[in-house]
Amino acid sequence: MTEVTTGMVPVDPGSTAWMLVSSALVLLMVPGLALFYGGLVRRKNVMATMLQSFVALGVIGVQWIVIGYALAFGPSLGGWIGWDPSLVGLVGLPYTRNFADKAIPELVFVMFQGKFAIITPALISGAVAERMKFSSYVLFVLLWTTFVYCPLAHWVWAPGGWLFQYGVLDFAGGTVVHISSGFSALALAILIGPRRDYRPGHTAILPHNLTLTMLGAGLLWFGWFGFNAGSAVAAEHPVAGYTAGLAFATTQSAAAAGALTWLLIEWWHQRRPTSLGLVSGILAGLVAITPAAGHVIPASALLMGALASACCYSAVQMKQRVGYDDSLDAFGVHGVGGLVGALLTGVFCFTPVAGLVMGGGVSQLVKQAVGAGVAIVFAVAGTCVIALALKATLGLRATDEQERDGLDVTVHGERAYHQVISS
Amino acid sequence: MKLITAIIRPERLEAVQFELQGVLDEGDHYRISVETVEGHGRQEGEVEIYRGQRLRAGLVEKLKLTLGVNEHYVEKAIEAIVRGARTGQVGDGKIFISSLEDCVRIRTGERGGTAI
Repeated sequence: MTEVTTGMVPVDPGSTAWMLVSSALVLLMVPGLALFYGGLVRRKNVMATMLQSFVALGVIGVQWIVIGYALAFGPSLGGWIGWDPSLVGLVGLPYTRNFADKAIPELVFVMFQGKFAIITPALISGAVAERMKFSSYVLFVLLWTTFVYCPLAHWVWAPGGWLFQYGVLDFAGGTVVHISSGFSALALAILIGPRRDYRPGHTAILPHNLTLTMLGAGLLWFGWFGFNAGSAVAAEHPVAGYTAGLAFATTQSAAAAGALTWLLIEWWHQRRPTSLGLVSGILAGLVAITPAAGHVIPASALLMGALASACCYSAVQMKQRVGYDDSLDAFGVHGVGGLVGALLTGVFCFTPVAGLVMGGGVSQLVKQAVGAGVAIVFAVAGTCVIALALKATLGLRATDEQERDGLDVTVHGERAYHQVISS
Repeated sequence: MKLITAIIRPERLEAVQFELQGVLDEGDHYRISVETVEGHGRQEGEVEIYRGQRLRAGLVEKLKLTLGVNEHYVEKAIEAIVRGARTGQVGDGKIFISSLEDCVRIRTGERGGTAI
């Protein structure tokens, strides 16, 4: 029963099927992130940390239907925000309507974008792991997505958004997802302060289970194919095909180059090829290619992944000297990798415009820098306002006793692991 | 009878077992209990590398071996553990020897040296 409203291109089965799969793939990145972060914290905070990723599935899963999609992708009010009362709760959205001029149902696009809105605030949790008050975190996620993510997504991705009109390229969220979450993570980590046990050079806080982290990184890589190659539908008119293939190939290339680069740098710098290093490099490469996935060739993706990996490695080394406690390197990987990727997109892009080394001059690079700068200022300002308001009311931190004894037992009443004495 | 309690590097368990087998097994398998423990002595934890940063764990994982042995085997057992566990680096562990008052084999009710 295909009922197509007049004036629209017919639904394309291939694109629709791929977008349904992509939406599910992006969802899989949330448990992937939970495992990635969960392995990096101490045994006493495993459930609290994994829950910080998972809770976004609930909070933003609801927010997106109720109001988030309307704000981000509703008809544009002057390029600043979307709005359409009929999109509140999606009640006025017929399930047979296509998205804009594309050949997929709009509901599929709503779901795909909703997964992005879910994982973005969850990325921030890595910077404040093991100490943030749960109620404040939940409110922060809700407010941040509504007042920072939704407007930014509108500016960059909605056809009427002002940064979109200006010509900023952000294929799958280098600016909207990674710069915004990474720089917000840095701001929040500084506002909330370091963990009580964070004393570099004295007691070390060590990951409790890197096998979880490895598995999480694998799931993130897998899900990222949906994230990037799924985003082709928004870029290619009216169906996704060649661009999806390009995004898939560049995603694979950048992740591999990022992994290899980090492994080699750390092997040279610390005389040890480490597992955490390899997976950190995978993430750095994936983050960097996100804004460029459908705009560069695979060879450029190799370079972008390698460069981003080297920059993220350096950023993480700087952390100790500067002294903030970005616990799981949300800024070091997503903020830095996102910024590098956004700028390099203006260097290596060949479609729809030519970048710096493709004979297009500096104009796209300038646009990318403007887009990144706007996202940084807006995300940091929004984060500071929300976090300071929460600090003045609910407080941002768990109590000192809760932090010392572990959030799992004291806040959530759960333990990740039990010593098995009897079955 | 002595109670031997040895703290060793986890990766040396197989070497220690091999040495103990050589001196304690006489047709019948020797007795040992192994526990995982964490602690620190002069080693003050091991250096591990995370994202390019060298971090020293406060407590380091070790294995604690407990063996009850009759007088005749005490020195042999100690030497065997030292042979198996020594690397020469700080953190090889310690052996504590204490006198053992009595011992009961639960299955038969035997006491003392024959029960051990």
